[in-house]
Amino acid sequence: MSYDVVVIGAGPAGMAAAVQLAKLGISVCVVDEQPAPGGQIWRGVERNATSPVFKALGEDYQKGSSATAAFHAAGIDYQPAAQVWQIEDGWKVFLTAEGKSRCITAKAILLANGAQERPVPFAGWTLPGVMTVGAAQILLKSGGMLPEGDVWIAGAGPLPLLYATQLLELGGKVAGYIDTSQKPSLKALSHLPAAWRDFPGLMKGLRWIWKLRRSGKLVRNTRNLRATGDGQLRQIEWESNGKTRKRDVGVLLVHEGVVPRIHETMALGCDHDWNDQQKYFAPRVDQWGETSRKGIFVAGDAGGIGGWKVATVSGEIAGLGIARFLNIGIDAEKLRREAALDDGRKRAMALRPLLDALYTPPQTPIADDVVVCRCEEVTAGRIREAARASAPDVGAVKAATRCGMGPCQGRQCGYSVQALVAEVNNLPVGDVRFFNIRPPLKPVTLGEIATLQDVEA
Amino acid sequence: MNPDILVIGGGLHGLSCALQAARRGASVLVVERHFLGRHASGSTAAGVRTLGRDPAELPLSLEAAETWHKMADLVGDDCGFKACGQLQVAEDDAAMASIAARIARLEKQGMHHEKLIGADELRELVPTISPHCVGAAWVSGDGSADPHRAICAFRDAAKRAGVNIIEQCQVISLGRNGQSWQIHTTKGDFSAAVVINAAGAWADKIAEMAGEPVRQAIRTSMMVVTERAGDVVRPVISSFGRKLSFKQTAEGTLLIGGGAQGRLAADKQSASVDVQALSVAVQAAVRLFPSMVGTRMVRAWAGMEAMTEDHLPVIGFSDQAEGLIHAFGFSGHGFQLVPSVGRVVADLAIEGKSNQQLDAFNVNRVSEKGVASC
Repeated sequence: MSYDVVVIGAGPAGMAAAVQLAKLGISVCVVDEQPAPGGQIWRGVERNATSPVFKALGEDYQKGSSATAAFHAAGIDYQPAAQVWQIEDGWKVFLTAEGKSRCITAKAILLANGAQERPVPFAGWTLPGVMTVGAAQILLKSGGMLPEGDVWIAGAGPLPLLYATQLLELGGKVAGYIDTSQKPSLKALSHLPAAWRDFPGLMKGLRWIWKLRRSGKLVRNTRNLRATGDGQLRQIEWESNGKTRKRDVGVLLVHEGVVPRIHETMALGCDHDWNDQQKYFAPRVDQWGETSRKGIFVAGDAGGIGGWKVATVSGEIAGLGIARFLNIGIDAEKLRREAALDDGRKRAMALRPLLDALYTPPQTPIADDVVVCRCEEVTAGRIREAARASAPDVGAVKAATRCGMGPCQGRQCGYSVQALVAEVNNLPVGDVRFFNIRPPLKPVTLGEIATLQDVEA
Repeated sequence: MNPDILVIGGGLHGLSCALQAARRGASVLVVERHFLGRHASGSTAAGVRTLGRDPAELPLSLEAAETWHKMADLVGDDCGFKACGQLQVAEDDAAMASIAARIARLEKQGMHHEKLIGADELRELVPTISPHCVGAAWVSGDGSADPHRAICAFRDAAKRAGVNIIEQCQVISLGRNGQSWQIHTTKGDFSAAVVINAAGAWADKIAEMAGEPVRQAIRTSMMVVTERAGDVVRPVISSFGRKLSFKQTAEGTLLIGGGAQGRLAADKQSASVDVQALSVAVQAAVRLFPSMVGTRMVRAWAGMEAMTEDHLPVIGFSDQAEGLIHAFGFSGHGFQLVPSVGRVVADLAIEGKSNQQLDAFNVNRVSEKGVASC
């Protein structure tokens, strides 16, 4: 099968780009992991339209209905529930759907595969009963499921605030909310005037915080959060004003922001830049969303965290950029101007500098006994030891300790290992490179690979 | 810090040469462009086999086999070596006849390390193997090592013996100045009486810098590692006439390789996986072990190693330049020859000669005579 464009991801960016491309008469196939369009932000939006959770999920969520409707109406080839596990030059996209592997070829690829939660290891984070806020929200959106027992939330950023609000709205309970964010710096507050450009967004955030304050469950200025329990989460403890506090808990939901999903662009060898404020790599793109590799475009959070509104605009821009790349005789610059896409993006970005400055990733060094690589159970102490014995390269540490060799391919431990190697060698974190990303991008069985022989490419 | 001997390349061969030269009193420096074991040594299945060796390599190979069984004596660690045996399976009668003929030839020359076994004995050794296999060549003392553990063990032993190692250090140029080499690198200039070229896939670049252009191809053999599986197989398995090697690691993961080739980048500095080529090896593995179809692949990669036209390594003094010793071209050789090649190269570096017959490995087989370097 062959298309002009394969779009990977059917969230706000992927859908917007695909609709744009289809409008210009370009053949496009959208491949997505989920069974229905919407991405993470609008996960299950079509099915939930008639569900009691729909109202509680909020206005931004409800806006997904029109976006998915427009996507379906555009008559785009759409492959849901598919895992893209390899992309090769030429461009060949290898994917598995319904238990079968196949290869789709395209002249250009748009990676609109979004973000992942930033993993932040702490003592006890691997205990059953500890999960991320993002995972809890997936359960809420896909099955209306609420966590049971004494639910504690520990984290920073808009998502845990939003989730707590949704939970309370649906009659759920939050036993406590530990705000792990640092005190706002003057620099952060200097972004406030610009943030007024997105007044509703700012108010929404303040409303969430106000609701939470009023509940009396907010805990601030904490240090050294630990989860404890014998094979199952039982208690959490933390230090506050020099005293250790303990609480019995049923569920602990954690969240320290989101980072772009970079395994695809890393595997393709695209150039990346280090965002030192938010401590993540993002692919370097030009004004059309094209990476350093010709024909590979990125839109949405995969190119740097901006949220769904920015993702939508960047999808439309990338759609025009791809049309320009395909050289089909359209004036992309003119269309971009007429649709005022750059103004739209500016507006959508208004709150971001404030959010990025308010919610910076935690900088506490990881204790030696904390497991950093969950797949291979490698502790921070072993990673430091290996880092001391080798060149300042995560590849050498990976080889010596097996960290990052498990099925998640370093999605959980990548940034932590990078930070530990930097710490040991006294280097700026951004000067240490990321793991080499190897295929497959998603799990694939030997049987599926063996049958590729019979597939035309 | 000018050493007697400077080793270019921090792969397992470079480390082994350095270790054994230092043990004999030489001061040795290893320079490695990335980090130790970055390319072939870290990308290999680390096979340790006498099975199927070219007859020219057998003396070195049989010497090394003894060392592997007491590897801790050499480097203080067994390098994860397990003498689990190696099997070369015959999937049909023609393959079986070829294997039988090879073993008969070896025995005529007095070599008795390979043994021909039939279908029943094969089934006893590997109960999970597909019933279509008719027999195998079997070497019970062969096996495989853990590549990363081996690199760490050789590194630590070399350091204890006084070897200096500089990583992230690339050689920019080499020149002969009177009785010594001047080595210009990204981390400073060095001089040394002897240079050992153990630069793997980049050995031809080093040879060219030293004034001895050689013909060398780069192999980009791919490997697959799966999730942990139950007990599948103990010996290392290959299949006669097919590109397949198959083993289960100490962690329980399955490792599939055998020479399916990835893509070499245009600048020849990296290689990437070609899954359609890889699927040939995976298909061959699944044919031998059909119960593996549902096992998930965790990672695949393509290594980079040097290959000569006759598939034999280059070991020995340069034809053109004084004080230059080559040790490269070990594509497809695994780790087996490492201890004996290190011993021989240390002989050459320190005594200027070796008791080992090295004619088959002479660099003149691959040298670009009369071709000006560019």
